[in-house]
Amino acid sequence: MTGRLVLENLKHRPMRTLLSVMLMGVPVTLILALVGLTQGLLQDSQRRQQNTGADIIIRGSTASGVVNFSGASIPEKVVNKIEEQPHVQLAVGVINHSIDPPLVITGVDLPKFDRMSGGFVYKSGGPFKDADDILIDEAYASQTHKNVGDTVTLLNHPWRVAGIIGEGKLARLAVQLKVLQDLDAATGKVGQIYVKVDDPANIATVMQELNGLETGDKIDTMADYVAMWTPDKIHGVKEFTWVIMVLGAVIGFLVVGLSMYMAVLQRTREIGILKSLGASQGFILTIIEAEAMLLGVGGTVLGILMSFGACWLVRMFVPASIPMIIVQSWWPWACLITLVGAGLGALYPGLNAARQDPIEALAYE
Amino acid sequence: MSSGPIIETRDLRKVYRVGKVDVPALRGVDLTVIAGEFLSIVGPSGSGKSTLFHIIGGLTPPTDGQVFVAGQNLASMTDSDRTRLRKRSVGFVFQKFNLLPNLTARHNIAVARFIAGNTGALDGQFEEVLQLLGVAQRLDHKPAALSGGEQQRVAIARAIVNHPAILLADEPTGNLDSENSKAVLEVLRGLNERLGQTILMITHNPEAAAYGHRTVHMRDGRII
Repeated sequence: MTGRLVLENLKHRPMRTLLSVMLMGVPVTLILALVGLTQGLLQDSQRRQQNTGADIIIRGSTASGVVNFSGASIPEKVVNKIEEQPHVQLAVGVINHSIDPPLVITGVDLPKFDRMSGGFVYKSGGPFKDADDILIDEAYASQTHKNVGDTVTLLNHPWRVAGIIGEGKLARLAVQLKVLQDLDAATGKVGQIYVKVDDPANIATVMQELNGLETGDKIDTMADYVAMWTPDKIHGVKEFTWVIMVLGAVIGFLVVGLSMYMAVLQRTREIGILKSLGASQGFILTIIEAEAMLLGVGGTVLGILMSFGACWLVRMFVPASIPMIIVQSWWPWACLITLVGAGLGALYPGLNAARQDPIEALAYE
Repeated sequence: MSSGPIIETRDLRKVYRVGKVDVPALRGVDLTVIAGEFLSIVGPSGSGKSTLFHIIGGLTPPTDGQVFVAGQNLASMTDSDRTRLRKRSVGFVFQKFNLLPNLTARHNIAVARFIAGNTGALDGQFEEVLQLLGVAQRLDHKPAALSGGEQQRVAIARAIVNHPAILLADEPTGNLDSENSKAVLEVLRGLNERLGQTILMITHNPEAAAYGHRTVHMRDGRII
């Protein structure tokens, strides 16, 4: 019966209900979009690294944090030295240049990289032929509306799109290693080295060998390196997520507080009727709180739907810059945050309603 | 009619505080109502009828004096005790019907049962009462789709669904035309005669008051 009473109350004022649900859905969307953006960036980067086919990654000694690449601080001759180590099948040095964060252009020795990774999947066009050739992935091609043969200007340099590659391997934008080294004034240097071992069972042995070279660079197995990519490692994201979560709870609190306050005023007489029937203060408070919870659940559902909309829009317009994803594991958290805000917001109007004098309430016009 | 009193007030007083002024609404009311009696209370506005109604119904405590309803002394009751009294021992019928507008007639009745802790099916006797009230076919309509007379009869059904010791009716025909007024008064008399329901009815209308077994007159917070 309580459920019916709550449901009928919500149905009786559909516009108030709809507006409350919509307003509560906004912070849910904000939270889910932020988490989807962060996780999307991380997953995209993890996948890109894993699909290189490397077992070990070496980053220059100047690399700060996990998600940052170093400048090109490793002499290229180190690549050759690594390849001479027992059980090392292949070592590929690359250089990265950030163009429009989080977008990075990567210089790579393509034949060698193809041997390590199995090669890029070409959706159209093919590998580099000339020094000014560039490979772009599908997402970047879609975002910039570029096709094979078009010119892309990056680093104040015109590039001809030689091929459009599938997503998720090494880089969104790839050019010849030597060309990017020269443009970056880093001739003979690389930023990181991908190492492929002859047998995964030998990874630990090779790690020991590489550490023994004492180059001062950061050496990790690919598994360990990828595992380090968590939201905590992106500076400020954790704090920003907290801010949005608190904001979501506060918005839920204010929206429900205002909505339920108005509802209690409008229903003063009905509260008097319930009290005349013998409804306790707890019963009245339960109805108000249950109504707020239902609004919260509605807001969460709408917020989740709107996050799908946001994700679709992002993927439509900036798929390369913002690889947003839907993070379902955050739905319960978003719901909890909204319900906490809604529950607290309904407390004051609910207590007001519960404490109303039945005679005054019945006389309310 | 049974012989024992079901309502008894002794030197009942109520003073309302309006701003900084004390306004006496009841100035020592002594009243005894026998179980099964249909009592009409008449008097001009401000005579204290409604205050007496509210105190007997457990909606507000008295300032002084004693009031017994179904053997319980309301003067010493807490707010929670009075809530329990309204739940089980008293049924209200108001001038403005006071049905919950969001719910159908059936659910208005069900809410009263739910609050009183009754969740099972309606008993056969109550089904007969619904027939007597003439609302059995209108239970799935919301108040807005019911006439005033129908709304008041649903309100009566809601008031007696938990078999209260007393039914308090405050100007039950005040918002009805003469035809519907007569129908509602006949219903009240029928409930009193068939079920032995004790009824206390406040009214301005002498014709309505005549439906009761006895009429008491109030003026200036006293029974005269």
